[in-house]
Amino acid sequence: MRAFVEFSQQVLSGAALGCIYALIALGFVLIYKATEVVNFAQGELMMLGAFLGYTFISLFGLPFWLGLPLAVVCMAGIGGLLDRIVVRPIVGQPVFAIVMVTLGMGFVARSGASLVPAWGVDTHVFSTPFTGKVTSIGPLVASHDQLAIMATTAALVAVLFLFFRYTRIGIAMQAASQNQLAAYYVGIPVKAICSLIWGLSAAVAAVAGILLAPIVFVHANMGFIGLKAFPAAVLGGFGSIPGAIAGGLVIGVVESLAGFYLPEGFKDVAAYVVLLLVLAIRPQGLFGEGLRKKV
Amino acid sequence: MHVVRKTSYEQDMQLFAHRGVAFWYGVLVLAALLAPLALNTYYLSLLTFVCVYAVAGVGLMLLTGYAGQVSLGHAAFLAAGAYTEAILQAHGIPFVLSLPAAAAVAAALGLAVGIPALRLTGIYLAVATLAFAFIVEEILTRWESVTRGNFGIAVEPLAIGPLSFDAEWKFYYLAFGVLAATLLAARNLLRTKTGRALVALRDSAIAAQSFGVHLAWYKTVAFGLSAGLTGLAGALYAHKIAFISPEQFTVMVSVELLVIVVVGGLGSLHGAVFGAAFIVVLPQAIVLAKSAFGISGGGQAAVDSGVFGLLLLLFMLYEAQGLYGRWIKVRYYLELFPFYRRATFRRQKTYARTERLQ
Amino acid sequence: MSLLAIDNLSLHFGGVRAVEDVSFRVEPQEVFTLIGPNGAGKTSIFNLISRIYDAHAGRIAFEGRDITAIAPHEVAQRGIARTFQNVELFEHATVLENLLLGRHVRFRTRLPFELLFTPSVRAEERAHREKVEEVIDFLELQHYRDSRTGNLPYGVRKVVELGRALASGPKLLLLDEPSSGLNTEETEEMSFWIEDITQELGITVLMIEHDMALVREVSDRVLALNYGRIIAAGDVESVQAHPEVVRAYLGE
Repeated sequence: MRAFVEFSQQVLSGAALGCIYALIALGFVLIYKATEVVNFAQGELMMLGAFLGYTFISLFGLPFWLGLPLAVVCMAGIGGLLDRIVVRPIVGQPVFAIVMVTLGMGFVARSGASLVPAWGVDTHVFSTPFTGKVTSIGPLVASHDQLAIMATTAALVAVLFLFFRYTRIGIAMQAASQNQLAAYYVGIPVKAICSLIWGLSAAVAAVAGILLAPIVFVHANMGFIGLKAFPAAVLGGFGSIPGAIAGGLVIGVVESLAGFYLPEGFKDVAAYVVLLLVLAIRPQGLFGEGLRKKV
Repeated sequence: MHVVRKTSYEQDMQLFAHRGVAFWYGVLVLAALLAPLALNTYYLSLLTFVCVYAVAGVGLMLLTGYAGQVSLGHAAFLAAGAYTEAILQAHGIPFVLSLPAAAAVAAALGLAVGIPALRLTGIYLAVATLAFAFIVEEILTRWESVTRGNFGIAVEPLAIGPLSFDAEWKFYYLAFGVLAATLLAARNLLRTKTGRALVALRDSAIAAQSFGVHLAWYKTVAFGLSAGLTGLAGALYAHKIAFISPEQFTVMVSVELLVIVVVGGLGSLHGAVFGAAFIVVLPQAIVLAKSAFGISGGGQAAVDSGVFGLLLLLFMLYEAQGLYGRWIKVRYYLELFPFYRRATFRRQKTYARTERLQ
Repeated sequence: MSLLAIDNLSLHFGGVRAVEDVSFRVEPQEVFTLIGPNGAGKTSIFNLISRIYDAHAGRIAFEGRDITAIAPHEVAQRGIARTFQNVELFEHATVLENLLLGRHVRFRTRLPFELLFTPSVRAEERAHREKVEEVIDFLELQHYRDSRTGNLPYGVRKVVELGRALASGPKLLLLDEPSSGLNTEETEEMSFWIEDITQELGITVLMIEHDMALVREVSDRVLALNYGRIIAAGDVESVQAHPEVVRAYLGE
């Protein structure tokens, strides 16, 4: 029984972390579906979001419920601008160019953040309304931070589902992600849609960053966690939103269990080992469809 | 512009396009050989680093620049070479054996990645190589009985029999020799069957396959050769830096190697050397610039990585042919003046939806 | 014996029957043309022969030997070369290098010797370059031999692609819409080359083509497909006049 409780506790905290991976992976997937750009800087967008949250809430002393939306809106703007300035010129270039550009973007963001005087290379903390509170569910203990992460992820996914399903813009986004040219011909402003998607994806990243802040601290290198979201997105097949969520949860739980049951060191590489195993068996990810070039 | 009139098929197979080119390369080699006379130890040391990075650059260039396979994990091969060399040397294995062994271990590791990576393309390959490098880094940290973990390994100066490479200039000659041999071998490869097959694999895998190119075999060859050369560079690197630990082989190093090939110029061996020179000089230039503008804080590493990132981004956006491409354009401009047209080198965009997962 | 024998070949994508129970024979030295509306399954048949797709049923035999399930890169070794509908050249390589790649399967050099560029490698390179120069002369590509193919006009690229296929010294040449994207003059030229290829070089041609003038000019036999099925076969006139073919092209 005790073993089972321990196991469940690990699964619970793994799921909370997995939700963060899922949110970042969701950002990858949104951008990838719409523009075929794989954004290696997604983790850095999350980092910037966390720093903005820190700035508004801790430095400016705004209330959390004002600081959070402010940071999210700012990040949405930054995301849209990035698309406009950096990404648009390389859409249509080979995958390699895109990887390089977004990788470069990530490095610039990380270095830039560490050069901002009030941010620097130190770690920062800021508290959310959930910090320090715990709830017991039977024998299990969950911190409110963890619960908030899971609830927010569920809510965001639901909102995004409704958005893509029922709103005009959401449907236009779906059309653009299926076939840009065709969408363009039927009068959908594809360029604007792409910027919107980048904005949306950066906003999701900002939410993830602010939710993660109480757990891992705000730091210029916190974006590296985005690299763990890659396995999540790949597991999910890179093109599927439910896939990204499932992938994130799997990675989070595996990592948490590996940290508890396996020797030190396995926790950090668990995500990558899972990734390599999955790719060895299914090169197109778990949910991916195998497309090939038509000749 | 020098127009070469070809009178025999042999001319297309020459190492140098015409005698003028051969002459200038001769001058370059002579200058490199005389460099120890003219430079002090500090600058010579930088030049040695250029040679070492260029060997790794050629390795990654073959894989990424020619065969078109992205790798975000080349730091792992560099580490494999460096650690093999350091450990073998500590066991008293002579350099003439340990150097090939370092290359061989890295190459074997390359094959180990290459074979599962055969079915992966584009983004999946990039992510898989990244994952692989993380795992190797973690192994280096945790496998303490062999790698001494975070304590690192001190590497003795190099000696071949009675000949000790203790002075900077001696090691420089060794590094230069290895680079020259690497470049020659790479050039030979590129003007024969295998080289053409690699380019074919990059430009159109489907057409290559239809003309009998065994895709899996050539991808494996590309990974093996590339990793082997990077391992060779790693062995030299271990001796040059005299101390190795896992934190010298992080993702950042993989990105630095990519900067070499991208900034140097994808698909050119010149590019690998240009890129290596660039990456060695840049941090020095940043230090100078920072003191000139009186910027402190942020830490050197943070600024370095930011500048690397920015350059990666700018080169990809504005000069995909890299420094070598820029140099070609400047040369054409001067030769054709005043008739140079920008359109000569305009990039073609392809809007193939099928780029994804092809 | 037929050069290429296709028996009851089928290919399905999910519920779509791209190729359904197709059988035909290509005889040595003839020009055999597949016609049919877009999506009729013509290119799918080519891709089945090149082994890009796996057939769900049926058999492909070349020179009497089964090639239905060989590895894709072995198709060229058997003596089959092809061109592609939308030109699949190695864009960053020169015309010369593209043609040399065409001879890939005929090279016997080994990697360690290539790295050293030994005299035997040099001799072999030289011999193959002579063959490639013959193709360059034949297709009048001398002017472009050192240009990167990515920078060439579309019409020239189609010729280079033809050249790459010829350089491999094939017994059977698969041409996927040789005239698409070409102007009248270039199409005319293409038809002369196809005639030369069969008559002078003795290479058998299996071709997909929409331009009926070109088809009439060069084809010995024609096969019409629609929705993956054969609707008519025979000489050009009879196939063109076949009521099913007229219906396929013009609708009901």
